[in-house]
Amino acid sequence: MIPFTYARAENAADAVRLGAADGVKYLGGGTNLVDLLRESIERPTTLVDVTGLSSAIEERDAGLLIGAAARNTAVAEHRLVRTRYPVLSRAISSGASAQIRNMATVGGNLLQRTRCPYFYDADGFRCNKRNPGEGCDAVDGSNRTHAILGASSACVAVHPSDLGVALAALDADVHLHGTTGNRTVPLTELHRLPGDRPDVETVLEPGELITAIELPAPPPATRSAYRKVRDRASYAFALVSVAAVLGVEDGRVTAARIALGGVAPKPWRARTAEAALLGGPATEQAFRAAAEAELADAKPLRDNGFKVELAARTITAVLGRLAREQA
Amino acid sequence: MSKPDNTVKDALALGPENWADGEDPLARRRGGRIGAPVSRLDGPLKVRGKAPFAAEFPVEGMAYAALVFSTIAKGRIATLDTAAAEAAPGVVLVMTYRNAPRMRPMQQFDSSEKAGGADTLPIMQDEHVYWNGQPIALVLAETQEQADHAASLVRVTYEPGHAVTSFAEAKANGTDTGDFHGPLHLEIGDAEEALRAAAVSVDVTYRTPPHNHNAIEPHATTLAWHGDELVVHDATQLVTHTAWTLAHIFGVDESQVHVTSPFVGGGFGGKLVAQHQVLGAAAARLAGRPVRIALPREGVYRLIGGRARTEQRVAIGASEEGRFTALIHTGTSATTRHSAWPEPFMLAAHSHYAAETFLLDLQTAYVDMVANGSMRAPGGAVGVYALECTVDEVAAKLGMDPVELRIRNEPATGPTDGRPFSSRHVVEAWRTGAERFGWAGRNPAPGAVRDGEWLVGMGCAAASHPYVRMPGGAARITLTDKGLARVEVAAHDMGMGTETAQTQVAAERLGLEPGQVSFRYGDSALPGLVPAAGSQQSASIGAAVVAAQHALVAELLKLVSDDSPLAGLEADEIGAVNGGLAKLDEPERYESYASILAGAGRDEVSVEASGPPPLEMMNWSMHSFGAMFCEVRVNAVTGETRVSRFLGSIDCGRVLNPKTAGSQLRGGIVMGLGLALMEETQFDERRGRILNASLAEYHVPVHLDVPEIDLIWTDLPDPHAPAGARGIGELGITGAGAAVANAIFNATGKRVRDLPLTPDKLL
Repeated sequence: MIPFTYARAENAADAVRLGAADGVKYLGGGTNLVDLLRESIERPTTLVDVTGLSSAIEERDAGLLIGAAARNTAVAEHRLVRTRYPVLSRAISSGASAQIRNMATVGGNLLQRTRCPYFYDADGFRCNKRNPGEGCDAVDGSNRTHAILGASSACVAVHPSDLGVALAALDADVHLHGTTGNRTVPLTELHRLPGDRPDVETVLEPGELITAIELPAPPPATRSAYRKVRDRASYAFALVSVAAVLGVEDGRVTAARIALGGVAPKPWRARTAEAALLGGPATEQAFRAAAEAELADAKPLRDNGFKVELAARTITAVLGRLAREQA
Repeated sequence: MSKPDNTVKDALALGPENWADGEDPLARRRGGRIGAPVSRLDGPLKVRGKAPFAAEFPVEGMAYAALVFSTIAKGRIATLDTAAAEAAPGVVLVMTYRNAPRMRPMQQFDSSEKAGGADTLPIMQDEHVYWNGQPIALVLAETQEQADHAASLVRVTYEPGHAVTSFAEAKANGTDTGDFHGPLHLEIGDAEEALRAAAVSVDVTYRTPPHNHNAIEPHATTLAWHGDELVVHDATQLVTHTAWTLAHIFGVDESQVHVTSPFVGGGFGGKLVAQHQVLGAAAARLAGRPVRIALPREGVYRLIGGRARTEQRVAIGASEEGRFTALIHTGTSATTRHSAWPEPFMLAAHSHYAAETFLLDLQTAYVDMVANGSMRAPGGAVGVYALECTVDEVAAKLGMDPVELRIRNEPATGPTDGRPFSSRHVVEAWRTGAERFGWAGRNPAPGAVRDGEWLVGMGCAAASHPYVRMPGGAARITLTDKGLARVEVAAHDMGMGTETAQTQVAAERLGLEPGQVSFRYGDSALPGLVPAAGSQQSASIGAAVVAAQHALVAELLKLVSDDSPLAGLEADEIGAVNGGLAKLDEPERYESYASILAGAGRDEVSVEASGPPPLEMMNWSMHSFGAMFCEVRVNAVTGETRVSRFLGSIDCGRVLNPKTAGSQLRGGIVMGLGLALMEETQFDERRGRILNASLAEYHVPVHLDVPEIDLIWTDLPDPHAPAGARGIGELGITGAGAAVANAIFNATGKRVRDLPLTPDKLL
């Protein structure tokens, strides 16, 4: 670990003032950042602790505003989240362990780094995220857990968040505060695809801070679900996960929002599948066809070809269940 | 302490002096302390955090070590720059091959009587690199954090050589017949011809990946030199071997190295002597300071070898009635040039089934990687998996119930050595297990039982592990004038309950209450050469205590006065009872230990004796057995497997303590679930480097993966094993993995022959 200094921010303005300098990282629950510090992958000169910022969860315009410092557990267990956004509650609960969820914050969860083993082994392998331009040892390496969508020849890592996948399906917005003021970006536009700069993972400006997540009211007459497929029953990242919000009336799809985890460098909003479904029949054939349409551009690597079929099956199964619940 | 009452009960005769065909009278004794579900004696200490582990011994003036690991698999160090590390805050020294003391290499465990090493390489003596992860520098600093930081500042470049890191290349380079206490090759009759002629045959290849050790306590050592004397607090499963090995490496006398290991957080074959203890001792010598070297989890992966990769052909020929006419178990395991340790997967095939012909063979292929080592049930974990899955394939092909097929091939004597069984109740284990599990309710048609998305199946497999008693067991018994006994053996308790169970056994044998006996272990100054290996400790300690009891009784008979009720008796007329000795057929002739010592004016009597050679292993076919039953649910959509029920029906001789034995067996079964479903050391074959060197990425079962595990046992004593008990440490993992895989076949109709059985393989 490289020595660093530690400061605690009182509020967002204070954080951004402290965070504007080079070499500053914001510290949430530390459940990923501390690991990266120990491995000397992150080498900040200063950590600004933002866990003292807003962690409130409150209603806003029929939706919900969640302070970025809210702990994952608090969000997952919140009454309004459980009743209006069960997909979010389920997604959070399916991640990590109870101890980690108690520490992790919503803002930090979205900004966690990939768990690509080549990214983590700074001594042993090349990684364009760590050292831009040096090459990627995962592309031709052991890549069973890597991306099938949205990757590039420079990086095939996946984003590990479960929470982010649910937020993507819920049309969440991300509130940001930076040196030039406040702005809001859709969650689906928070993360960048890697292209030739996989080290630049989000649209955040230097020093810009996530202050809150805003959820719009869930679309009326819909049901939502999160399903995570993994190598063991708990405490494992998704091979494939699916967050879906589906509305069905008279056997036809009236609303469809689908996001995928474990398959792409960001929470992957499946807009192609959604477009294929809207207004069409709520049948297993239609769900499967929509899933295949979404995955038509999938580019499997040596070891992860199974993810294409697994994602198609999981999407179909999740939509099927939601449709049956509304039959 | 309860006062021994003078009501004379049955005295217990002394155990056999020769175990070739002797029987232990303790084996059949009922109603005593043996078999009582005593909680672990060290439990309260551990839950209070008061049990000192190796990385917790405080030593004045100690410095902390961190290792730098190589990042190439083979070649030489070209440049090595330690200046920045040396200049970092708190750094005491940086040790590399340039300044390390001259040391001999280790001798590998099992290669000589007291050798305890994991490999035979030079240890930081020159610029050569032999595996990706080899320690190339050690930093010593005032704090662990300073050492870790400075280690990250060591700069090294390499001239890589050609490393063999793929199994395919290793096999193509040629193989040697493996050696594990003899060549791993056996032919009885012409098995290939019998296979060709068989009415029904299966001939398949199973593959298992490498596996790494993940004991909850990472390896650690705290040590200090006092002149040429070395005191070591180590996490080890072989204190005496460690003392001898370190003495040999540093050129001091064995008696000058003192190793203690009172508490160990799991060993499983991984806690032998590896380079970290040696490097810690070298750095301590160089710095003139005590040193603590505690491996981070990544270090355990880089430095400590586990199970080797295997590729196993299993072929079985059977008659139409299901009698095996040919049993072939051959194949290749990966190993290194600097470790003679194969993964002897075909050992179980020697003893599981009767067959008319056998062909058993193991070839070793050589890779440039960390030396693979012993890992819970060497050979057995992966070998029984392949064998028992193949038996299931034969049953499916014959349309015969897999339990009945196994019973039909139950041998009358050791199938490959013709020895009589000391005690084998496999059929009873199958019958009682099947009954309890509800096996009769299994639908034999694969893929026929469905519950929503879930395909439900049941599978079974035989488990076995050989009875082992290594030579070298010894014990000291010290009896005090208060009638208390102290039993001392240089043995180990790595969490399995050695102290607890051995206190029960010794109390029963000596005619004392458990509260009157203390069992001391985990210290190389104590008698005996008793590695916690091969599931042999209970047998080794048991036979040594029997020998020591003979010496004790002989000594006490010398001390009795002429008017003692015991005067003039010979040892073979004597038994232990009620805190003293009595004549076996005249129990009124009794005198308490306290009285004997008081009469002789002695504070205490201390004797030491060695257990006799383990001749019982030559005369009898001796194994622990199990019939494992498993029910799984496999998701038809995602391929995810959930184990919903598990039963182990165990035949391991006498169960000394059902509580600690149950934990041992359950632990092994949980490991078997991991073996089947998720465990795999992922190598990047281009570099020979482990990719998942952490508990987050190397998957072992979590609580949600483990159902309640039911256990039953025959509890029939093995008359030729001390106290009637055979080993159980390694038994649980054998068979468990195959039971899972066979249940998955029953659930899905899919026979996947490459472990682990992850969702992608079951889509």
